[in-house]
Amino acid sequence: MAATVNTRRLARAMLTPAVVILFIWMIVPLVLTLWYSFQNYSLLNPENVGFAGWSNYRYFLTDPAFFQAFANTLILTLSVLAITVVGGILLGLLLDQFIYGQGIVRILVISPFFIMPTVAALVWKNMLMNPNYGIFAWIATSLGFQPVAWLETYPLFSIILIVAWQWLPFATLILLTALQSLDEEQKEAAGMDGAGFASLFVYITLPHLARAITVVILIETIFLLSVFAEILVTTGGGPGYATTNIAYLIYHLALLDYDVGGASAGGVVAVILANIVAIFLVRLVGKNLEA
Amino acid sequence: MARAVSPQKKWTFTILAWIVALILFFPILWTILTAFKTEGDAILFPPAFLPPHWTLENFFEVQARSDYFRHFFNSVVISVGSTLIGLLVAVPAAWSMAFAPTRRTKDILMWMLSTKMMPAVGVLVPIYLIFKNLGLLDSLAGLTGILMLINLPIMVWMLYTYFREIPVDILEASRMDGAVLWKEIVYVLLPMAIPGIASTLLLNIILAWNEAFWTLNLSAANAAPLTAFIASYSSPEGLFWAKLSAASTLAIAPILVIGWFSQKQLVRGMTFGAVK
Repeated sequence: MAATVNTRRLARAMLTPAVVILFIWMIVPLVLTLWYSFQNYSLLNPENVGFAGWSNYRYFLTDPAFFQAFANTLILTLSVLAITVVGGILLGLLLDQFIYGQGIVRILVISPFFIMPTVAALVWKNMLMNPNYGIFAWIATSLGFQPVAWLETYPLFSIILIVAWQWLPFATLILLTALQSLDEEQKEAAGMDGAGFASLFVYITLPHLARAITVVILIETIFLLSVFAEILVTTGGGPGYATTNIAYLIYHLALLDYDVGGASAGGVVAVILANIVAIFLVRLVGKNLEA
Repeated sequence: MARAVSPQKKWTFTILAWIVALILFFPILWTILTAFKTEGDAILFPPAFLPPHWTLENFFEVQARSDYFRHFFNSVVISVGSTLIGLLVAVPAAWSMAFAPTRRTKDILMWMLSTKMMPAVGVLVPIYLIFKNLGLLDSLAGLTGILMLINLPIMVWMLYTYFREIPVDILEASRMDGAVLWKEIVYVLLPMAIPGIASTLLLNIILAWNEAFWTLNLSAANAAPLTAFIASYSSPEGLFWAKLSAASTLAIAPILVIGWFSQKQLVRGMTFGAVK
């Protein structure tokens, strides 16, 4: 379209509000976080204010809780990614077959994705994983085992299970959609050439899914790095720091310990870590999406 | 599918798929069933699958004890409000990038997406303090604004991918006929853009309804939407499973239904059209 000068001016005017708002939203809190991170600023101790140098960073980064939170964040993110991508491919392949009641099956499978995190977490905690009345305890006793106090005995694993349950449907839905766009004739031709299920999957299906898998990893990583509500309402980060991730640790410092300086230093660290991840992701996505 | 599938295979896959689907759906089904049980029946062991005594009491109790509908209303206000305000900003932006692209359009789009990569905790402290100083803590206005901001990049992206599919030829034809710009937008563009805008609206409402980091940290008693209200059941004195289930059922039902109807748009929306 040959845009006239007028149109271009109008177009710029219409783009401006979104850009300005997002720019302010990005830059103001970031600068403030950076500023606070170099200040002694505790809401519990209003006298002790002033420049703190790197001490907030030193405390945050040498705190054993930080290492555990960092490790937990990675374990949680990578485990859920692994479960949902592998599970999503398997489920996608299954749902791509002829199934009686396909529409209903699909609706049932994707439903967990629409459940608000606090509901999901509380339902799992109280009605599935509760060692006295929960469904898992009932299954265990029926099979002759001792019921397990899931969130106390395997806290991080339990959180992973809850979060994976919420994200498996998303991965399945995206991968199923991609599978359905796979050319059926191509598969048939390969089948006639004598390709078995395994080689068909490795040489045709999997490459076809590459783009969808990339998107799933991208979107899920954005959300998984900052899992919060599930931890808040199930374990509160415990026992000890067993389920504290970076998001929860900073929340704890800021709103429970009132340590604004320390929490801000943590915030800056979180932003840096997220940027490192983002660079990897953007490369991965760039490679896969531009093709 | 062109291939003939043996009935045996059909039934094997059908049974397998139904088993997996029911397992995945079970926690939701269980919540809904528990909502209709008495508190005593809800903690029976071994569990009673169907409510031994069906009751609606929990739904009334949840409202009577905590003014449930205020929280429901809060959820509606902030998710619908943030979506509509977001559309006001995002539609013009996406329109301009789709129909008058410049060399920097791609960069702007990537930059917008990158603001989503910024972890919320990274800016929790200043936002909390700003809200506190402006008196926005625990206010619907504050929550609406925050939700609008965090979802704006996704809205712009979604609308952009939809708008790009509107054939430019039609616009040019109308311009030849002498249509001025605003007429072009109102009579030609908008009717074709409505499906995309509607999908964006739905997806955004789903995301805003379920958002739980900012709502939990910036709201207390007054403005708490359902995400935060449900979280109050995690305290030991709040442990009433049947009532928790009733509150949860009411909280998830509208979004579940919207979600079912917009699965296709969801795929397009959340993958920016990269997966077809």
